[in-house]
Amino acid sequence: MQAVPTLEALMLGKLDWSAIPFDQPIPLIAGGVVLVAILAVLIWVVVKGHLPYLWHEWITSVDHKRIGVMYILLASVMLLRGGSDAIMMRIQQAIAYQSQGYLPPEHYNQIFSAHGTIMIFFVAMPFVIGLMNLVVPLQLGVRDVAFPTLNSVGFWLTATGALLVNLSLVIGEFARTGWLAFPPLSELSYSPGVGVDYYAWSLQISGVGTLVAGINLVTTVLKLRTKGMNYLRMPMFCWTTLASNLLIVAAFPILTATLAMLLLDRYLGFHFFTNEAGGNVMMFMNLIWAWGHPEVYILVLPAFGIFSEVVSTFSGKALFGYRSMVLATMAICVISFMVWLHHFFTMGAGPDVNAIFGIASMIIAVPTGVKIYNWLFTMYGGRIRFATPMLWAVGFMVTFIIGGLTGVLVAVPPADFMLHNSMFLVAHFHNVIIGGVLFGAFAGFEYWFPKAFGFRLDERWGKLAFWFTFTGFWITFVPLYAAGMLGMTRRLQHYNVAEWRPWMIVAAIGMAVLSIGVICQIMQLVVSIRNREALRDRTGDPWDGRSLEWATSSPPPVFNFAFHPDVRGEDAYWDMKIAAQQQSLEHDVPEYQDIEMPRNSPTGFVCAFFATIMGFALIWHIWWMVILGGIGAFATFVVFAWRDHDEYVIPAAEVAAIDRVNLEERRSLVSMAGAI
Amino acid sequence: MNLLDPQGPVAAANSTILVDSVFIMLAIVVPTIVAIVAFAFWFRASNTRARFQPDFVYSGRVEMVVWSIPALTVILLGGVAWIGSHQLDPRAPVPGTGSPVRIQAVSLDWKWLFIYPDQRIATVNSLTIPAGAELNFQLTSSSVMNVFFIPQLGSMIYTMNGMVTNLNLRADNEGKLQGLSAHFSGDGFPDMMFDVNVVSPLSFPDWVATTAKTDAVLNEDSYKKLMQQGIEKGRPTYRLDDPRLFDLIATQHIPPGPGPELVSDAGRSHTGGVDAR
Repeated sequence: MQAVPTLEALMLGKLDWSAIPFDQPIPLIAGGVVLVAILAVLIWVVVKGHLPYLWHEWITSVDHKRIGVMYILLASVMLLRGGSDAIMMRIQQAIAYQSQGYLPPEHYNQIFSAHGTIMIFFVAMPFVIGLMNLVVPLQLGVRDVAFPTLNSVGFWLTATGALLVNLSLVIGEFARTGWLAFPPLSELSYSPGVGVDYYAWSLQISGVGTLVAGINLVTTVLKLRTKGMNYLRMPMFCWTTLASNLLIVAAFPILTATLAMLLLDRYLGFHFFTNEAGGNVMMFMNLIWAWGHPEVYILVLPAFGIFSEVVSTFSGKALFGYRSMVLATMAICVISFMVWLHHFFTMGAGPDVNAIFGIASMIIAVPTGVKIYNWLFTMYGGRIRFATPMLWAVGFMVTFIIGGLTGVLVAVPPADFMLHNSMFLVAHFHNVIIGGVLFGAFAGFEYWFPKAFGFRLDERWGKLAFWFTFTGFWITFVPLYAAGMLGMTRRLQHYNVAEWRPWMIVAAIGMAVLSIGVICQIMQLVVSIRNREALRDRTGDPWDGRSLEWATSSPPPVFNFAFHPDVRGEDAYWDMKIAAQQQSLEHDVPEYQDIEMPRNSPTGFVCAFFATIMGFALIWHIWWMVILGGIGAFATFVVFAWRDHDEYVIPAAEVAAIDRVNLEERRSLVSMAGAI
Repeated sequence: MNLLDPQGPVAAANSTILVDSVFIMLAIVVPTIVAIVAFAFWFRASNTRARFQPDFVYSGRVEMVVWSIPALTVILLGGVAWIGSHQLDPRAPVPGTGSPVRIQAVSLDWKWLFIYPDQRIATVNSLTIPAGAELNFQLTSSSVMNVFFIPQLGSMIYTMNGMVTNLNLRADNEGKLQGLSAHFSGDGFPDMMFDVNVVSPLSFPDWVATTAKTDAVLNEDSYKKLMQQGIEKGRPTYRLDDPRLFDLIATQHIPPGPGPELVSDAGRSHTGGVDAR
């Protein structure tokens, strides 16, 4: 006979005081500090009376630029969290030679799992999605994305996932299974705690957010281009955005389905991936990498787009071999879906299968190599200005080539038989993720910051940040390559092999240098905000740019463009500048018209609020709260769907007033350039 | 455990392919990096001697070259991958001198069990093999996934519950090597390193004879005790009671090993962690 659950169990599920890790000082103190910081910010906001501003201008905003900025803010905060995890791991491995170090296994294992999960899902993803949100509608010359409110929902659901991951620090635990939670280790029998549930529900909720962001951006690029902006006139960043979001739309449902199966195993006793009753662990590995491999291209393709913009702008030339680049981008988009098996060459597949997937993986190196060469020839014959974004771009090219080399190396099955899961592999994917995605995100951040906020970032601190990050990266990861060649495998909480030790110490020193880079980045932001008047960008075109985002003011008005720009070729804004100079500045006074813009909506925020409740309740088996959260989230959508007004009108006079200020500044710039 | 110091033909072939592939790629990577740095330096805005060519944005000849260079490299490396994958298939026997030695390895939480079915002995965390002989490994897992890997002998392969994977190796030189698990398997994972003693073909039978005199017996009961989560610091040896033990494990006649027990309902399962310390 089944026991009747107590009232406590009904109300609180599995939750009780033992969920708070009073015995583990590190997460407790870290969580406490974060909590105090959040409270302090909240109190400051309320006391200073900023709450209405935040609510009306940011939290409920459906403006793609604002949402983009919030995505990047989320990514930056999470970068500090994931970076702290990295520092803790490098210190642990530096001291845990023939000792237990300072982190017991159950804590260390949470840290590397959280590090991977956070860096991919809550740093890299929101950073690139934020940049795409901010820039793509501007580059396409349109006033917003295709689905503005959905865009807001996507962001807030991503934030929900991030919140749940951080909550696991103080209530319960995070997964101790690695960032992909391979069964059977992640099944209930071997991970009975709530860690894997935190992991899976965070990713399920933020995965919905990512999927709607993908749908939104694909639709925006395909359907919302200004007149004359045909496909082969789109800036490279729009192309890579299209490719990346097509991959999101195709790949993220696989992740959702895979995690759903794992959750069914854990919650309802299914046997998709269990040892018993016909479950198949290899199927999980197969499915998760069918998402996981396209995922790395989802991240790196937008970075390629950013570098294309940066290299072209700062070389003072159009992108070399534009059509070739488009072809390479779409080739990567397609082939990246056909190579996932190289993640488990060592699981016992036959030589034909291994060789075919090995060669398919290498083939991706061809379009990627073409991209490198086309950037190289964009620089050839240019007049290169080494502003901070360009430093990141050149640093990327050098770094990424090495990452590509080691990547092709592990695509050779017999080499992978020695290097699979080793520190060499860890070094390889950090080489491409840091050297590719993160450098790209930083380049984009420096490059488009003036567009988003109306003032440039301090160059001196920016360059310092680059040099510390660049050298720190190499000092950290060359030792990991070396340790991998000495047979060291990943995720070791301690070890007894003397020859690994020196490399772990050097890597920890590298991590310190890398951290100085991050501090410089923060300093750059602080210094720039304080000197913002001196760094003000009045023309909207601080870098002598080539694409349409530079054709409007910085920051752009809510409607982006008073008129839809008329595009006559590649590098649309560059052509306009040339034309303006040749026409010796004879302008007619434009006739302004009313502009309709989407109304702000709290839908995203409210929906995410209920999703957070639901996610937390699911993790802790508090069923009444699950129902409450589910109904709340659904009701939010229903209310939104039955709205009466969804747009408001900006009168022509207001548009004219806003636009004229910028037009004057811009004309004086063009006339100055003309005079020279 | 240096991968570039192989102690057997499989590791030697693996590391040759590894090194060759690196050099093939360096042949184009190094000039490219040099070109990046050189172009970036020479075409800096302050260099008045560099010729500004803003219209140099397309060249069919350059495009042809930049598509062919990586393509040719990949064709070459693809050949290496194809031939290498076939020659170094972990399932293909590696011929040696003397009679082949059959070893059945089981990854447990968190130790390695090596069963010698023909010699009717078994060892934990210590693998003794004769130099020069053909080694046929059959691998499975008692619970979660692990990877069996002896870096200096080459190719690693997964162990999975309810399944058998095969690996063939050969050790050429006598001496002591180390093996490990190359797939994270829980709190005791770092302690899954094992000794590999490569002994002379002549002394191998002596070692077998000595081991067979052990009092401890490995049968279903003692195996079930062994598969409980925990770390084994010693190097126990056993007489093997039933040579079909491995099959019973691999076919799940012996059910998979248990996981940790929950201390409290609140999800923080600490038993495993405490054991690991």
